[in-house]
Amino acid sequence: MPKDTGIGASPKRREDVRFLTGKGRYTDDINLMGQAHVVFLRSDVAHGRITSIDTSAAEAMEGVIRVFTGKDFAEVGGIPCGWQITSIDGSVMQEPKHPVLADGKVRHVGDPIAAVVAETRDQAKDACEAIEVDIESLPAVIDMKAAVKPDAPKVHDDLTSNLCYDWGFVQENKDAVDRAISEAAHVTTLELVNNRLIANPMEPRVAVGDYTSHDDHSTLYTTSQNPHVIRLLMGAFVLGIPEHKLRVVAPDVGGGFGTKIFHYAEEAFCTFAAKALERPVKWTSSRSEAFMSDAHGRDHVTKIELALDAEHNFTALRTETYANMGAYLSTFAPSVPTWLHGTLMAGNYKTPLIYVNVKAVFTNTVPVDAYRGAGRPEATFQLERVVDKAARELGVDPVELRRKNFITEFPYATPVAVEYDTGDYNATMDKLLELIDRDGFPARRAESEARGKLRGLGINSYIEACGIAPSHLVGQLGARAGLYESATVRVNATGGLVVMTGSHSHGQGHETSFPQVVADMIGIPEDQIEIVHGDTANTPMGMGTYGSRSLAVGGSAIYRATEKIIAKAKKIAAHLMEASDQDIELKDGRFTVAGTDKSVAWGDVTLAAYVPHNYPLEEIEPGLEETAFYDPNNFTYPSGAYACEVEVDPETGKVEVLAFAAADDFGNVVNPMIVEGQVHGGLAQGIGQALLENCAYDADGQLLSASYMDYAMPRAHDFPMFTVDSSCQTPCTHNPLGVKGCGEAGAIGSPPSVVNAVIDALASGGHEVGHIDMPLTPPRVWHAMHGGTPNQGAAQPAAHSEETTHDRSVAGAATNV
Amino acid sequence: MYDFELVRPTNLQEAIEALQAEDAQALGGGQTLLPTMKARLAMADRLVALSGIAEIKGICTDDNGRICIGGGTTHAAVQSGCAETFPALASLAGRIGDPAVRNRGTIGGSLANNDPSACYPAAALACNATIVTQNREIPADEYFLGMFTTALEEGEIVTEVKFPVPQAAHYEKFIQPASRFPLVAVFVARYADGVRVAVTGASSDGVFRWGEAEAALSADFSEDAARGLTAPDAGGMISDLHGDGAYRAHLVKVMCARAVKACL
Repeated sequence: MPKDTGIGASPKRREDVRFLTGKGRYTDDINLMGQAHVVFLRSDVAHGRITSIDTSAAEAMEGVIRVFTGKDFAEVGGIPCGWQITSIDGSVMQEPKHPVLADGKVRHVGDPIAAVVAETRDQAKDACEAIEVDIESLPAVIDMKAAVKPDAPKVHDDLTSNLCYDWGFVQENKDAVDRAISEAAHVTTLELVNNRLIANPMEPRVAVGDYTSHDDHSTLYTTSQNPHVIRLLMGAFVLGIPEHKLRVVAPDVGGGFGTKIFHYAEEAFCTFAAKALERPVKWTSSRSEAFMSDAHGRDHVTKIELALDAEHNFTALRTETYANMGAYLSTFAPSVPTWLHGTLMAGNYKTPLIYVNVKAVFTNTVPVDAYRGAGRPEATFQLERVVDKAARELGVDPVELRRKNFITEFPYATPVAVEYDTGDYNATMDKLLELIDRDGFPARRAESEARGKLRGLGINSYIEACGIAPSHLVGQLGARAGLYESATVRVNATGGLVVMTGSHSHGQGHETSFPQVVADMIGIPEDQIEIVHGDTANTPMGMGTYGSRSLAVGGSAIYRATEKIIAKAKKIAAHLMEASDQDIELKDGRFTVAGTDKSVAWGDVTLAAYVPHNYPLEEIEPGLEETAFYDPNNFTYPSGAYACEVEVDPETGKVEVLAFAAADDFGNVVNPMIVEGQVHGGLAQGIGQALLENCAYDADGQLLSASYMDYAMPRAHDFPMFTVDSSCQTPCTHNPLGVKGCGEAGAIGSPPSVVNAVIDALASGGHEVGHIDMPLTPPRVWHAMHGGTPNQGAAQPAAHSEETTHDRSVAGAATNV
Repeated sequence: MYDFELVRPTNLQEAIEALQAEDAQALGGGQTLLPTMKARLAMADRLVALSGIAEIKGICTDDNGRICIGGGTTHAAVQSGCAETFPALASLAGRIGDPAVRNRGTIGGSLANNDPSACYPAAALACNATIVTQNREIPADEYFLGMFTTALEEGEIVTEVKFPVPQAAHYEKFIQPASRFPLVAVFVARYADGVRVAVTGASSDGVFRWGEAEAALSADFSEDAARGLTAPDAGGMISDLHGDGAYRAHLVKVMCARAVKACL
């Protein structure tokens, strides 16, 4: 019987009532008395030197309050970066200044040059058009490999080159890896692109700055996944406002997917301008602005080599990746291709030797940072593609090749610095084969062939590291922040609870699943528990929501705080029943004395805490409120197996997804319905990356996919109903809930399934295609079928190609030719 | 969006007069013009909305058996109104955009705009429809003059479109995955005196007739005849993010063959 309350139940999401009835309160719903509006003038060239800005005509226009340019921010810090990477040679990464408004140069299309604050948004827009800017156009740096050549134009004149860092991991293993590859019986090589994406949350970014002179307080309302982090970064590094004078509020947020983690210039601008003008200042991004100012995702070019011995054991893995940073370092950009990517290269396999090299490169494009999965999709994609390609080259079953190399004993220390606590990769694979009915595939393929279609089945495993993360570990890895989470549990006199959490909810359903945890522990109904989040003024310091960390880290903090509440409540109950608190048991909202029929209700105890007439005041304080900070001692490692079944129309190259199955191990599951929904969303984004989404620039740095006319978003009818299962559970061993996190898995695990399926379909029609770069659009597939794709990798035994065929992942052409 | 004056005439004569003003622009369903204006990529001093003019809406059949559709008729109205009399056109109308677009966008607006990836131009050209304005009747063969260019003169309003109904017809569309406009679409119309084939989405000159296909299909209206054709020259085809010229040329042939198959 499914439970109807507590952990393991699937109550409907309480927040959906307000979202579905139009009663959500988003940042754009906030309008303050006397509010002015800002519109940014943005660069329409990718790279140029600003020779003059004349704002006089704009300043004279009706409704204009003030026009700001870069010089107004001379005394203000740049937008900071939260992670520092050290290169192979021991030098720290090159870290350019990121001014709030362009200072001397523009470095990508969309870079803000000036800002007009006016009484209305339209007046600000009109005035923006009256600003006269002279820009001396410079050659744009778009191609990552060209960008790191000695004679390349520099994105930042004060840096030595466009190379941010050159990272080797684990450097001590490099020689052994090289040797193993040169001595291997077989080496499969693959060169591929992880296509640049734009997150496109439904709600564009919004910021409202406010300032009250009577107490010298600044407030920022913003569309953020982590208001405390914004307060820290903006207050300490940009504007110099101490945290006790700065409040950041992220109310209802309409999706983030990573791109709302980061601190953006527009937030700093609105806070700064509100103080300068002593008026609230509001910015609402247009969708066009979102395309050219929200941090983009992915954008890696990788060469991966997998060495196998004669028995098909993986003996070594070597990768070389160029990772696009864009024009500036976004908040967590340096960590994505390194610690969130290199540490995952073992995947589900016991490959003993691994070496990962990542070159992070500045280009004249929008900054690139974390997007759902962040580094782990890039790792999974290359690994699961190269394993599939190896199986094809060796003529062995791709599932059996994986099983042969699966890690089966836990805990398992990988050669890339992490230790998997639990997992059962065979169990999820077994479940997957059942869900997708692999045995019935030949008959389904024959049926497709009878209709002139090519049918393919793609299968892969995945593992990810989330529940980010042990602070001591990430500190060693270059993080400039801790990654704990916090909770304050406040019990009211009449027994209801308010849980103030540092985890922000922007679609994940925290307001439903967090109460399930607390209700389960105390044994009271979930409607007695209210979740408060998103406001630095009334929640404890939290690091926010990303990296599938909310339940694993934030939920654990809530668990710890609730444990403290229960311990204290037991002492009160013991006093009321004249027993020892060691003998008190709490079940179904009642305290009992073990071995007796004595009991008091939860509400009797909470009332006593606040009306302490009969109370052990000499031993404990009145009141019932506890705070806990939880810092995990390891990442969590969700894993699973995914399968995609496709049909390819050989005449047009069009791919149709007929079935998709996901068998995930998320450890314990608090709300199965929410977990299923998270996987559905992740799959939509992962399959969207594989088939549809592509952020493309031309050689001059113009963004070609700058609207929904050219950036293809997946829609519900592009997909079949997904088959999702999370019944294989190996609970996490190091957090109190045994949970692992589920928010990113769908986006991490699904792209290789789709590509593996298409390659399989084409092979069945006699088209031996090594690889096709994502997105697998109809023209790309069609050209690949007709020999038009050079990017098939060099797959000779023990071969090593010095040249890669791809220069960059931001390609204007529709095909790989 | 820049400021503009909105005029809402209730009859054709008022609309014609309102359009005499400098920088006046007719507004049909607004499915292209309004987003363009919102992005500040277009501006007009005066918009003359045609949506309140009853006399340019509706569908009837004339004495020659032609389906006559008022220029202000929405795609949704064509979808339902032509379902029995001209199913190929109803099907085309029913696959434009989404329900919101189909209930605002009009046939006259689509033909006046002549987007190189629009659906209606393919039907009008394949049927050699007559485009009627307040001043004259223009055969489709003389109407489409290239991307976003037509024979319409300043102030001319598409009041009606007259389609000779083919013996068989089909519109085969392959969509561009982002915009869901045609990447390539082909309208095949078979008449007693021959077959006409019009292609949209493919050419940088906008909608065009594919002469080789028309000749082959007029001689032998079969899928084999269509499949035996050589794809048109890729040279003049649109090459962009969503498909190069060679791919579009290939699709022209595939869509044509599929349209013929659907006609049989």
